Amino acid sequence: MPIAHTPTTVPVIVDEAKCIADKGCTVCVDVCPLDVLRISDLTGKAYMKYDECWYCMPCEADCPTGAVTVNIPYLLR
Amino acid sequence: MDEIKDGLTEVSCDVLVIGGGTAGPMAAYKAKRRNPATRVVLLEKANVKRSGAIAMGMDGLNNAVVPGYATPEQYTKEITIANDGICDQAPVYKYASHCFDIIQELDRVGIKFQKNENGDFDVKKVHHLGSYVLPMPNGDTVKKALYRQLRREKVLISNRYMATRLLTGRDGQIAGAIAINTRSAEFLVLRAKTVILCAGAAGRLGLPQSGYLWGTYENATNSGDGYAMAYHAGAGLANLECYQINPLIKDYNGPACAYVAGPFGAYTANSEGNRFIECDYWSGQMMQEFYNELQSGKGPVFLKLNHLHSDTVGKIEAVLHNVERPSRGRFHENRGTNYRERMIEMHISEIGFCSGHSASGVYVDEFARTTVPGLYAAGDMASVPHNYMLGAFTNGAVAGEHAADFAQGIDLPEYDPGDVSREQARVLAPTKREDGIPPNQLEYKTRRFVNDYLQPPKVTAKMKLGQARFVEIRDDMENAMVVRDAHELMRSLEVASILDCAEMAAFASLFRTESRWGLYHHRVEYPEKNDDEWFCHSILRQQNRQMTAEKRPVAPYIVPIDESERSAYDRQRIRQQA
Repeated sequence: MPIAHTPTTVPVIVDEAKCIADKGCTVCVDVCPLDVLRISDLTGKAYMKYDECWYCMPCEADCPTGAVTVNIPYLLR
Repeated sequence: MDEIKDGLTEVSCDVLVIGGGTAGPMAAYKAKRRNPATRVVLLEKANVKRSGAIAMGMDGLNNAVVPGYATPEQYTKEITIANDGICDQAPVYKYASHCFDIIQELDRVGIKFQKNENGDFDVKKVHHLGSYVLPMPNGDTVKKALYRQLRREKVLISNRYMATRLLTGRDGQIAGAIAINTRSAEFLVLRAKTVILCAGAAGRLGLPQSGYLWGTYENATNSGDGYAMAYHAGAGLANLECYQINPLIKDYNGPACAYVAGPFGAYTANSEGNRFIECDYWSGQMMQEFYNELQSGKGPVFLKLNHLHSDTVGKIEAVLHNVERPSRGRFHENRGTNYRERMIEMHISEIGFCSGHSASGVYVDEFARTTVPGLYAAGDMASVPHNYMLGAFTNGAVAGEHAADFAQGIDLPEYDPGDVSREQARVLAPTKREDGIPPNQLEYKTRRFVNDYLQPPKVTAKMKLGQARFVEIRDDMENAMVVRDAHELMRSLEVASILDCAEMAAFASLFRTESRWGLYHHRVEYPEKNDDEWFCHSILRQQNRQMTAEKRPVAPYIVPIDESERSAYDRQRIRQQA
């Protein structure tokens, strides 16, 4: 049976204008306990690849440029 | 990243610590301090900088035994009573005697504890009998301070490696562990003289009411891997039927923090705004009253702060919105909840295993030794009841020091290479399929059945139905699960841990045919506590590939409990006013 994809709105938002992942920064990807963030091959910026967020906030707290915002996942909001 | 690669590396060490959250870093640090020649490896599924239950920090110590406020004897007595008498006191007493040293050590490395105007530690009363709560004003720096110490001691840290199974030697002693890289699926065989399991709670066992798999009370990385690994290595697990169930902010599913707000005058109230429990300290008996109130016409239940002065509420907010679970401020803001105006709706958590708050853990003695030679456990997954963060630090230290000494006197045990190839085959099986069931669906179904059939009030027929469903899911997991990258592979291994824990929860709950620990083990057909038959631990273990359970006597008390004191925690409900 083929696998379908269910759309979800992800809680972690990255401001691409502020994100410096294209200059080699990987802080948010490194600190996420659930390991859900990645750097996009397309844009060179960080994004939330897996919707598996504990809304714990190290990604936001440790980002050197304040590019990351953690929202409460919609199901809990 | 995430592409599945072939690879197998082998390393050797004296002390292997699995889990870099709270107990683990302290165990690794203390092993190295005890003997700098000790080769210590700290393995972490995430990143030690931000992992485990205290990834963002902690707002206070819930069980500090500080001279002048409490004695180790008083604390041991309180925890024995809070845990309904089923308590080997030696590890609790050991903790209580050593934890002040750890507090002072943490204070020295920069984790400041609240002091009063005289410069003494500012201990608050939250428990039923004694005073043990010590606020940490800069509790957001805990992980950073620990990390600095690990770097200084040159502990070898391996981030993003998930241990999947322990290796044992010919005589059943520990010989190391097998791990995979969570971003490449490459294998790492860690040969070790001793292993300290610090893998945290089984927090992804029940499904939160929100239905969001990751909206758990515990850090959602804590999927019970340590419990599963200990089980497969043949270790005994104690009192797993004594579930963790906590009173939380509804939907947000984080702690309402009566421990923080209580000393300022906040309390748990029903919908009429009235108190209904004597004491906000989390115990099974308190949770039973909480549950009763939720189900009653006076439900739901709230945390009440709106009677406090605005400045006082501000002080509470400054703690609750910045430490431990800082996103809670955002949650309240979305719903327009201002603590000054409205009570905060509460609910009860999903079930889990966590001795940090209850007693369900891998059985350990006062040296943090499990029943497997060379294998230690500390923190939320070891059986020292109600041990919280300071227990993880203190018992982690005990484990690290003992393991360093033990490792000095023995040779590196041999392991069976067949165990490694069999484990590689098990782990990689879902990567060999083109088609099948993804891990998240297997996980959702398992955890929904945990809610349907295992959460209290516990009913025999329901738990047996749950067991039948788990067997079906296991068949699907072993024969039809599919994963497409290394990240999903990590999730698939977590599903296996979750399913193991679900089966253990059902088995242990069916074994104990009485009710004990309030809501944690409320069995509808056996509503009474039965001390004649069940004043004992239950020990679950794997024998000849079968799950078994047996009774183990409670060790004779070191600190005697008077008959009149035993029921102190049974009287949680506020008596009707005349």
